[in-house]
Amino acid sequence: MADISLSEAEKRYIVDGVKLGIRVDGRERLDYRQLEIETGLVSTANGSARVRLGCTDVLITVKMEMEPPPPQQPNDGQIHFFVNCSANAAPEFEGRGGEDLATSLSAMLDRLYSSPLSLDTSRLCVVPGKHVKVLYVDVEILECGGNLFDTVSLGVKAALWATRMPRIYITGEDGGELEFMVSDNPQEVDRVDVSNAPILITHLRITENLTVIDPTPEEECCGPVQVVVGVTPKGLITTTQQLGAGTFAPQTLSASLKSAQELGVKIHHQLMQRLLQEESIPNRKTKGFL
Amino acid sequence: MAACMVKEPGLTGDVRRVQAMVGVQGTAHPRLVTPGEVISQDTSFMRGHGTYMEKGVQVASVAGYVTRVNRLITVTPLRQMYQGAVGDTVVGRITKVQTNRWKVDVNSRLDAELRLSNIQLPGGEQRRSNVEDERDMRALLTEGDLVCVEVQKICDDGLLRLAARNIKFGKLSQGTLLAVSPSLIVQDKQRMHDLPCGARVVFGANGYVYITPTVPQEQASTYIVNFEEVPVEVRKTIGRLKNCIKLLAHHSIMISPTSVMTAFDTSIEQEFEIKDLLKPDVMQDVALATVQSMNE
Repeated sequence: MADISLSEAEKRYIVDGVKLGIRVDGRERLDYRQLEIETGLVSTANGSARVRLGCTDVLITVKMEMEPPPPQQPNDGQIHFFVNCSANAAPEFEGRGGEDLATSLSAMLDRLYSSPLSLDTSRLCVVPGKHVKVLYVDVEILECGGNLFDTVSLGVKAALWATRMPRIYITGEDGGELEFMVSDNPQEVDRVDVSNAPILITHLRITENLTVIDPTPEEECCGPVQVVVGVTPKGLITTTQQLGAGTFAPQTLSASLKSAQELGVKIHHQLMQRLLQEESIPNRKTKGFL
Repeated sequence: MAACMVKEPGLTGDVRRVQAMVGVQGTAHPRLVTPGEVISQDTSFMRGHGTYMEKGVQVASVAGYVTRVNRLITVTPLRQMYQGAVGDTVVGRITKVQTNRWKVDVNSRLDAELRLSNIQLPGGEQRRSNVEDERDMRALLTEGDLVCVEVQKICDDGLLRLAARNIKFGKLSQGTLLAVSPSLIVQDKQRMHDLPCGARVVFGANGYVYITPTVPQEQASTYIVNFEEVPVEVRKTIGRLKNCIKLLAHHSIMISPTSVMTAFDTSIEQEFEIKDLLKPDVMQDVALATVQSMNE
C-alpha cells in the first residue's frame, strides 16, 4: 500500500485509540468508511464499475473475448485478472514501483475466483473444446487511500454484475468450422451469475490481539501484518492470505475469520441491494469522474 | 464480539457540494477568471500577480478571482500550492536528516530546510551547536516527526528556510494530522489555538492542520514527546474536530477557529455521531448549517 511516514507520537495515538475502541476518525474497529459505487461508466467495455471507499478509488472493466479453451479444461470459460497501479495513485507507483502490489492483487483475485463455486465458468462455454468466453478483468488503481483489496474485490463483483455480453448464436457449419452470429439486439444479452461471487475483507492487526477493518493509510503504517479473507454471500470462506511481516496469534486469527464471515454476508447483501436499486433507475446518467 | 456496523454503500451522485461562494476572502461576488481570459483593455492599470500583458490587453495567467486596489489589478488563484511567506507558522514532516540540517515536507513544491543552527538546542541556554549535536540530530528530530516551525526566509528558487527558535515551536506530540489546501486557511497571526472544546489545533499556513490534546504549558524541552495515553473523551473531541475540518475543506469553506468551532457545535446540536460525519449527506448538512450560522 502507499508508504507514508508517521511520527512515533502519531502512531502511538492511533494504536492507543484502537485499544480504547475509538479510531482516529471516530469509527469503531469493525466499521467501514463510506462506500460509493457506480457501474456502466465505460461504454466500450462489456461491464465496468468504479468504487470509491474513503480515498481509495478503483476502476474495473470487463471485456469478453471468444477463444479456444486450453486442452485440460475444454468445457469451461475463463476469467483473467490484470491489475495496474497507476502512477497517479501514489508517488511510489511511478515507473515499475507498483508492480509488486499489482502482482499480489491479481494473484489474490485469481485465487478468489479459482473455485467453480464462486463463478460457474461452465456457463461461459459456447462450443465445448472449440470456443469459450474469456472474461478479461482490468483493474485500474486510481487513488490509493488504504484498503485496496476490499475495494478492488467489491469493484470486480459490481463490474461482473454489470457485464452484458451479446448473445451468440451458432448459425451453421462451413467445412468443419462453425459460424457464429452475434446478436445486435441490446435486449439479448447474457449476464454473469454473481450470486456466489466472493469479496475480500482485510483485517489489519494493530496491537496484540486487536484487528481493524478498512484501515486508512495511517493505520496501515501502524500495523505490520494483515489477513485478507475471501467471503461468499453465503458466508463461506474461499481464500485467506496473510500479508506483511508479522504474526497472528491463533485466537486473533480465528476471531478475524469469524468476523470477516459475518461482515461479508452483510456487505454482500447491501451491495446487491444497491446494485439492483441502481439498475432500476430509468435513463440513468452516469456521473463518472465529475 | 462487538457488533459490526457496516455503512450502506451509496450510489455516486446523490450529494452535491455546498453552493457557497466561499474560499474567497473579500467581496461577496468576485469576478472569476480562467487563464487566458481578458481582464481589462485599459492599459493604465498596473499589472499585479496572476496577470500578464498580451498584445496590449491584460490577461489572467491563473484561474482565480480578480481584485482591484486603486490602479492595481491582481488575480488570486483559488487553489495553489503553498508558496511560503516569511513569518508564517507551518506544520511540516521531517523527510531527511542531513549533516547539519533537516529536510522538511511542508506541502510545497520543494522540501524546506531546517538548520541545526536555527533551532533551540536542548539544555535551555542559548549556545552554538557542536560536533556532538550534529551526531545527535536524530535524537532530536528523526524522519517522520512532525514539527511546528516558522518560515524564516524564502530563497530564490522557492526553497523555504525554517526556524524553531521559540519555545512554542518544536516537535509535535500525540495527535492527528490533516492536509487541506493552503488557500482555505484563514490568515491569522496566531496559528495555535486552544479551542474551548478541549483540544489544541495548529492551523499551519501551508495547509497542514494538526489536532492534539491540550497540553499543560511550558515543558522543559519541546523535543520530548508525551506518550501518556490520551483518554477517550479527548479522543472523541479530536475525532469530531478532524471530521469537521475535513467536511469544511470538502465544501471549500474557509478554515478558521470560528468556522471549525461552529461546525463542531452544529454537529453536536444535531446529534451526529463522530463517524456519521464521514457520510456525504451529513457533511453537506453540517456545512450548510455552518455557512448559515457564520453569515448571521
